[in-house]
Amino acid sequence: MTTTTLTAPTAPERTAPARGPAAARARRKRVLHWIAVHSVAIGVALLFVLPFVFVFLTSVMSDSQAMSGDLWPDSWHWSNYREVFETPGFLDWWRNSLMYAGLGTLFTVCSAIPVAYALAKFRFRGRRTAMLLVISTMMLPPQVIVIPMYLVWAQQFHLSGTLWPLIIPMAFGDAYSIFLLRQFLLTIPKEYIESAKVDGCGEFRTMIKIVVPMAKPGITAIALFQFFYCWNDYFGPQIYAAQNPGAWTLSYGLESFKSAHAVNWNMTMAATLLVMAPVILVFFFAQKAFVEGVTLTGVKG
Amino acid sequence: MALSLSNPARRRLRTLGFLSPWLVGFSVFFAYPLIATVYFSFMHYNQIKEPTFVGLRNWKYVFDQMPLFGPALWNTLWLVVIMVAVRVVFGLSLGLLITKIKTGAGFFRTAFYLPYLAPPVAATVAFVFLLNPGTGPVNEILDAVGISGPNWFNDPDTAKPSLVLLSLWGIGDLMVIFMASLLDVPKEQYEAADLDGAGAWAKFRYVTWPAITPIVMFAVVTGVVQTMQYYTQALVAGKVASGVNIGPGSVIQPGYPDHSTLTVPQLVYQMGFQNFNTGAACVLSLVLFAIAMAVTLLLMRKRSGLLSAED
Repeated sequence: MTTTTLTAPTAPERTAPARGPAAARARRKRVLHWIAVHSVAIGVALLFVLPFVFVFLTSVMSDSQAMSGDLWPDSWHWSNYREVFETPGFLDWWRNSLMYAGLGTLFTVCSAIPVAYALAKFRFRGRRTAMLLVISTMMLPPQVIVIPMYLVWAQQFHLSGTLWPLIIPMAFGDAYSIFLLRQFLLTIPKEYIESAKVDGCGEFRTMIKIVVPMAKPGITAIALFQFFYCWNDYFGPQIYAAQNPGAWTLSYGLESFKSAHAVNWNMTMAATLLVMAPVILVFFFAQKAFVEGVTLTGVKG
Repeated sequence: MALSLSNPARRRLRTLGFLSPWLVGFSVFFAYPLIATVYFSFMHYNQIKEPTFVGLRNWKYVFDQMPLFGPALWNTLWLVVIMVAVRVVFGLSLGLLITKIKTGAGFFRTAFYLPYLAPPVAATVAFVFLLNPGTGPVNEILDAVGISGPNWFNDPDTAKPSLVLLSLWGIGDLMVIFMASLLDVPKEQYEAADLDGAGAWAKFRYVTWPAITPIVMFAVVTGVVQTMQYYTQALVAGKVASGVNIGPGSVIQPGYPDHSTLTVPQLVYQMGFQNFNTGAACVLSLVLFAIAMAVTLLLMRKRSGLLSAED
């Protein structure tokens, strides 16, 4: 148990009412340690939170005040947000972002599950090589392969100006998701899978009926990561959608929004917050899955 | 069913079936473009006329004549070294701090983690505003306490450090990874060290550090690879800070101010999609690839823990 106030005694002290100068010194040291750790933490937390606060405060300022360097709004212009939504194209960017992130996530999850399952639970020759190839794909900067890919999509399939060249590849496995999900599936005991087989389940049914329900946290984690990857992606939409404003996503559109409102920091900050909002909202609903996913890649990996 | 399991040929077919999405993805979206990049690096190709073979001319052009290659490579390597080092040290410190927090741990964890989720474009636009030398809140506050703030993204000397600052705001993923590995260090080892009279530093050096080395390696490897691809933040920071009205399709010199934020990936984009010099862009891609692979292999040889969960 921890205590919230400095005067309340901590649990060990209550059970061992030691007296004398040595005990007093130890207690003082503990209290000082508590104060030191928490002051540092509060200081650092302020630095992390203040950018959000300033961005928000600026987003409700008037045009002229946003230019002035004032920190607190004189009057609250909530209408800035309405104006952002009324900006031509802004709603299209939302639709495109949702389509890219939604379909991308769906495709990734559907294709990553069987691959991760095979890599985690099947024994076959070349398993280690396959895993190494997955990891080297993860390590490859996207800029290395973008030019030939662009040429194929633009010249063979005439799909430049759309987001399809970004969405379709996700139906064929995403290295990062496969890696993460495989690490998660390794933690599922063999016995469950074996007993399903004894009951006469084939591999596919075992996967759908036994493994997928047990792997829900892992699947949620890759879905969330993929959703945010797509939502945040700037490079991809810039390559494929730049020439066609009708296909822009929020992340790509935001920067051009700033350019169009060269002096309107208030509008830009309102738009910035609107781009961040879905990510932050989803985080509060799915905090556990996130932390699980991050630790899984780093620790169990 | 029992029969199919005992039949090796069918088993191999089944494995192939499960792996098929990735097998297709790997060959079509990884192996093919990688080979094509090598092919185009020896071709003159402007994406209109048929490509023609020019031997090593693109390679010579990039290394000998391309004026922006030097600055871009320097900036990329600068960011790889400084940003990764600073991020790992800061992430580890934050991880240590969060494991020591007794009260309000949930609040602090969320506060430190949340900025990591902010979309890079949004975070960058926000930071260019916050660090705006004339009217940004940060310099206002610095002024109030009597410090005249730097020009941040508008000064070639501080533009890259400003990008490092932005990347520290998004340190949440590293913090969580380090936190989890710190909590995994066996308590008994600390108790044993206590009995030996070890101080805080000795405990970190001889108990904590050996236990977390694989995770630190993992963070360094992934950090290096990520920073080799550093693109969005550098590009957006340069564009927004320059204050120029940039419509779609307009060609600007990237890397404002004075090419100080120009990275190799930006140069790939400029060569390939604005100058239509496919050959040079592919050479640049391969330089990027070579460096990323070399660093990764070098670091992985030491032991990265990447495949430790095998079996």
